[in-house]
Amino acid sequence: MVPLGYYLVLGVILFACGVAGFLVKRNIITIFMSIELMLNAVNLTFVAFAAHWHVLSGQIFVFFVMVVAAAEAAVGLAIIIAVFRTRETLNVDRVNLLKL
Amino acid sequence: MNAYFHLWLIPGLPLAGAAVNGLLGRRYSHRTVSALALAASGAAFVWAIVCALRFAGLPETGLPLVEHYATWIRAGSFSAPFAFMLDQLTLVMILIVTGVGFLIHVYSVGYMAEEGGYYRYFSYLNLFMFFMLTLVLANNYLLMFVGWEGVGLASYLLIGFFFLRDSAASAGKKAFIVNRVGDFGFLIALFLMIERFGSLTFSEVFAKVSSLPVETAGVGLLTTIGVLLMVGACGKSAQLPLYVWLPDAMEGPTPVSALIHAATMVTAGVYMVARSNPIFFRSPTALTVVAIVGTLTAFFAATIGLVQTDIKRVLAYSTISQLGYMFVACGVAAFGAGIFHLMTHAFFKALLFLAAGSVIHALGGEQDMRHMGGLRRHIPWTFWTMTAATLAIAGTPFFSAFFSKDEILWNAYASPWGGNWIYWGFGCLTAGMTSFYMFRLWFLTFFGEFRGPAGATGDHTGHGHAGHAAGEPAHVHESPRVMTIPLAILAVLSVIGGYVGIPSVLGGANHFEHFLEPVFHAPPVTREIMEHSGRGIELLLMLDTTAAAVIGFLLAWLLYYLRPELPSRIAAGAGGIYRLVLNKYFIDELYGAVFVKPLIEGSRKLWHGVDEATIDGVLNASAHSAQELSDDVRRMQSGNIRSYAAWVTLGAVLVVAYVMWRGM
Repeated sequence: MVPLGYYLVLGVILFACGVAGFLVKRNIITIFMSIELMLNAVNLTFVAFAAHWHVLSGQIFVFFVMVVAAAEAAVGLAIIIAVFRTRETLNVDRVNLLKL
Repeated sequence: MNAYFHLWLIPGLPLAGAAVNGLLGRRYSHRTVSALALAASGAAFVWAIVCALRFAGLPETGLPLVEHYATWIRAGSFSAPFAFMLDQLTLVMILIVTGVGFLIHVYSVGYMAEEGGYYRYFSYLNLFMFFMLTLVLANNYLLMFVGWEGVGLASYLLIGFFFLRDSAASAGKKAFIVNRVGDFGFLIALFLMIERFGSLTFSEVFAKVSSLPVETAGVGLLTTIGVLLMVGACGKSAQLPLYVWLPDAMEGPTPVSALIHAATMVTAGVYMVARSNPIFFRSPTALTVVAIVGTLTAFFAATIGLVQTDIKRVLAYSTISQLGYMFVACGVAAFGAGIFHLMTHAFFKALLFLAAGSVIHALGGEQDMRHMGGLRRHIPWTFWTMTAATLAIAGTPFFSAFFSKDEILWNAYASPWGGNWIYWGFGCLTAGMTSFYMFRLWFLTFFGEFRGPAGATGDHTGHGHAGHAAGEPAHVHESPRVMTIPLAILAVLSVIGGYVGIPSVLGGANHFEHFLEPVFHAPPVTREIMEHSGRGIELLLMLDTTAAAVIGFLLAWLLYYLRPELPSRIAAGAGGIYRLVLNKYFIDELYGAVFVKPLIEGSRKLWHGVDEATIDGVLNASAHSAQELSDDVRRMQSGNIRSYAAWVTLGAVLVVAYVMWRGM
């Protein structure tokens, strides 16, 4: 059986990748994918702990996270499409109309 | 004894008149406004007469008649009612106020016909009547104080009636502020009464006062109260050192000067002192203060009156001087004589002002006597009524002021309450000066040649005096009937007003003072009867003052009729003294330098130093620093989403690091 530590390290790596992508990338879609990556890193940790401690609630939590992520994806993609239609770009640095 | 006189009607009617005219008068025609105002004041006068007639039928025991309407203030054991009272003193006062007031209302209809703000004027005048009647009818000091402040307000409004003129506006302010100083003393006296006697109702206060012994030495409670009341009276009645507002108050319309600043309001202080007589009877020190203030004021103001050239200012200083006489009478506990002079003064001084107003009216606003002269042919009504008033005030035998003034001077000499020859001597000198400055005014105005700007060509040249250097007055015209009739009535009163109080030495019975006697509660122990002591002296004093008046007249005749070039030579010869008196002893300048300027400077320092620099400074500095800080912090919100994300990440890392560190 794979020890718990391995899963956690993988989760940290995935999360760090998500954060890095979120901070570095300019394309909104990429940023969006980075967020998904972070969410799934967390999901992985949940599942790992649930299996390790034999507690179901961790796994159920994962479902909730996935539901929220799906809803977020729907809304988020809609916003991205709307932004692209008006601004004709997906570069976040140029989506700055609210800037003072 | 259930007589109910509806006394509230007397002040109530003028109040109603003031309210209607003040709120709606702007839309009314002049006729409606004056009809309303005359109806209100006339009805108050009629009701006062009705009260007087019914009062005569009351038994002595029921006095004073008190009508209680409502409780105004109740705090602990102290309470102040809305209640009016009627006794002999009040009766005299309400008759004077409503009677003279009504005549002046009538006169104003003619005098103010051309002025703007007609409804405003009559509204204020009625308002003044309301407050003045409240003042004299009140049965406690607090309600009296309401009237006291109210007449001050009405006076302020009417002095500043021509408020577009800067001098009128500041004269109004001056009157109000100087009166505040006096009111301060009055208020402290009231507080002392509340603290010591637990009441401000006259009957209760005087009952408690009567049980106290006479304060013969030192400054006790009653002396303190008495002197503080006198401070209040000094403000309202323009006595030294608070008289400075009255000459400036002449900025108001002339009928206002007649009603407020001669006949009624300024006598409120005399009324108040007379009303408080139980307190003064028990404090010889306070009486002395009153007498000295009165004597000095009478003398001092008369000297200033000698050289003034503005017709109204002469009369203003004369008023101050005559008020001084009244206080001399009060100061020697001859309150009856004081009120007697108050009444005759109300007649002849109102008449003098109204006649002066008629002269000013005739000359189209000219007030400088140096530009008058020879007017007796042009305005005969004014001339003859003014003559009656001048004879009266000068103390001509058997005119009204002869009786009242001599009653005062006799008391000043012989009263058992501190009368002595010094008061009398100053009084006699003042009588001479009064005669001089009044006849000076009379000669300058009505005799000699007209000295104003020459009339329009061909206007008045038909008089056969074509050789006159200064020419004839241009459009001089006698005032309309509505102005001359009040003058005539007042002239009659000025002549005969004194016959109610002919002293016994001249074969009269002194009805007036006997009528008032029940109001004045002299302590029985020290009560002395002066009437039997020294009739010869009384006659002698009477002759002396009459002689002084005659000398005054002769001097004025010599200087301003026979040898009109002499006064300027004398003035040049007197030099410094003349300039000193002409400039009113520089009292205004002195007060300006000692009180007004330091106050203004101090206020300016407080304004710039404390208010602007400190209080505003602290507030502005904190607001400014908050702004600076916000300006720096604002830059974090760049609008760049990835920088926000970086902050979020950084925050998360810090939180996690902190939790891990705590967990170790």
